[in-house]
Amino acid sequence: MGGLAAEKHIQYILTVEKRKDDFVSVVMEHLRMSGAYWGLTTLDLLEKLDTVDVDEVVSWVMNCQHESGGFGGNIGHDPHILYTLSAVQVLALFDKLNVLDIDKVTNYVAGLQNGDGSFSGDIWGEVDTRFSYIAICCLSILRCLNKINVEKAVSYIISCKNLDGGFGCTPGGESHAGQIFCCVAALSLTGSLHHIDKDLLGWWLCERQVKSGGLNGRPEKLPDVCYSWWVLSSLIMIDRVHWINKEKLVKYILDCQDLENGGISDRPDDAVDVYHTYFGVAGLSLLEYPGLKAIDPAYALPVNVVNRIFFGR
Amino acid sequence: MESDEVEEMRWVPLSKRPEWSDVTPVPQDDGPNPVVPIDYKPDFAETMDYFRAIYVADERSSRALNLTAEAISFNPGNYTVWYFRRLVLEALDIDLQVELDYIDNIAKNNSKNYQIWHHRRWVAEKLGTDAADKELEFTKKILSADAKHYHAWSHRQWVLLALGGWEDELDYCRELLEADIFNNSAWNQRYFVITRSPLLGGLEAMRESEVSYTVEAILAHPENESPWRYLRGLYKGNTQSWVNDHQVSLLCLRVLNAKSNFVFALSTLLDLLCHGLQPSQEAKDVVAALEMSGTDEPDSDLATSICFILEHVDPIRANYWRWRKSKLPHAT
Repeated sequence: MGGLAAEKHIQYILTVEKRKDDFVSVVMEHLRMSGAYWGLTTLDLLEKLDTVDVDEVVSWVMNCQHESGGFGGNIGHDPHILYTLSAVQVLALFDKLNVLDIDKVTNYVAGLQNGDGSFSGDIWGEVDTRFSYIAICCLSILRCLNKINVEKAVSYIISCKNLDGGFGCTPGGESHAGQIFCCVAALSLTGSLHHIDKDLLGWWLCERQVKSGGLNGRPEKLPDVCYSWWVLSSLIMIDRVHWINKEKLVKYILDCQDLENGGISDRPDDAVDVYHTYFGVAGLSLLEYPGLKAIDPAYALPVNVVNRIFFGR
Repeated sequence: MESDEVEEMRWVPLSKRPEWSDVTPVPQDDGPNPVVPIDYKPDFAETMDYFRAIYVADERSSRALNLTAEAISFNPGNYTVWYFRRLVLEALDIDLQVELDYIDNIAKNNSKNYQIWHHRRWVAEKLGTDAADKELEFTKKILSADAKHYHAWSHRQWVLLALGGWEDELDYCRELLEADIFNNSAWNQRYFVITRSPLLGGLEAMRESEVSYTVEAILAHPENESPWRYLRGLYKGNTQSWVNDHQVSLLCLRVLNAKSNFVFALSTLLDLLCHGLQPSQEAKDVVAALEMSGTDEPDSDLATSICFILEHVDPIRANYWRWRKSKLPHAT
């Protein structure tokens, strides 16, 4: 088994965004902002962010912002908390957070907090612990966590804790690795990890590793490369990552590469996409695979970017 | 298929439809030098150009409603189209039962789409408790194709809490578990029902019957992770009663005696010991019978022996089991 085909993945990302006549591009149009975050963060982890034109990206990102301060998934799309975080993360990658009217963005995000501490995705009111993480991560990057009621935000997240130690999307919702990542990261960013039974959750998380070495997101489900991020970063944040077999996971991720055309898929031999390429590379970074920049498990941004935000200048 | 049916189904460009002749389409603006220029298929492009015109003009008419349906058929993930559809539905005061039928149709091929579920919830919320039955039917249909569908379960839980309909839910869980005893979502829902249903007595009242049910499930498939966790959950807030309930330790011993698929039985026994269970001679004997050569250490206490065995029979989690061993209190 060869290693990480970094060059191939770089080429894959650079060309996929420019691809024409592509059905996938067409139906991904409305979430282009998240696609940009996945692609650009991967390039940065592979130390190739400089192949992209900063000004073009920044100008396009800012064109996606609305009067309300929120960002849409693409030009002409309504604002949503998902794309607001992606936009802020993309700007952070390029060290361009200074182009933002911080008050405008943070007021939009803070305005989405509900009375019970939960967050809605947008004005239409969908509630999900994903949005709790997104709000907290975004405000933390912009140093404005004080604009929300952190205590209530934390208590809402805790109300979504299940008996297996995991978290669901809403109270009573089944524990799912993606939701767990969101809750653990949100608690981490608000200094509230003491609410988690780390041993219990750590065990649930390490039980996600199946024979092939890959990780699933719930009991009795198939492994998927994206869980290399959700499960792994959660384990790192609660300091239990040594409970999984790292070598087997590395091998699983590498097996999911398309060595000919570049890109990474959910499972070996499936079709690749930017989403799984990002999570595969990010997972390898968490596993300290050589040649990759370190990534912060809570902010999901390269460590040097996070350091620049909090300690730079 | 008859040729005139084919004729009917052929898409007519909006520019050729007389009812749209007063509208000037608005092309996609990807910016001056688009970072991510996308080449659209002409029919999709034209539909979105007309949608943009309606959206910019804020036209909340029935032709606008139909146009959102056309746009959704090309790309059901486009949340801006869904938003506008809701605005139009409100403005036209459309019968929302009809809207539920519309969502039924497109959900068939797009059930993993967040927007559809959110839209469905918005409609159901407006209809109120009258919608409960229909919503339970709808999620049941989705779950019949994918019994672990996360959105469907999330929606179903919301329906029960907001609109009611708890009567048959425990039966429904039983049905799903009969079809697949490994369905973690169904176990989760079962817990949701016994703890939150206003029609049942609550966890304490349900505990005895639920323990029997769960023990049976475990004995059928001891390698099944979900019922072991469920069993533990039945004693929520009362660890002592879990430790003291002979059914739990006896269950572990029964599985261990069969000498197959015993990882969870061992880890449960380990947990019981860590919470103060005094091991019986039978327990010590049955664990001793499992030990492979090279894994036993003389004078190991029961918990330590269990950790050794687990390290070997569940090697992918060897580090976890070694950590468990390191945390065991050792008698001086």
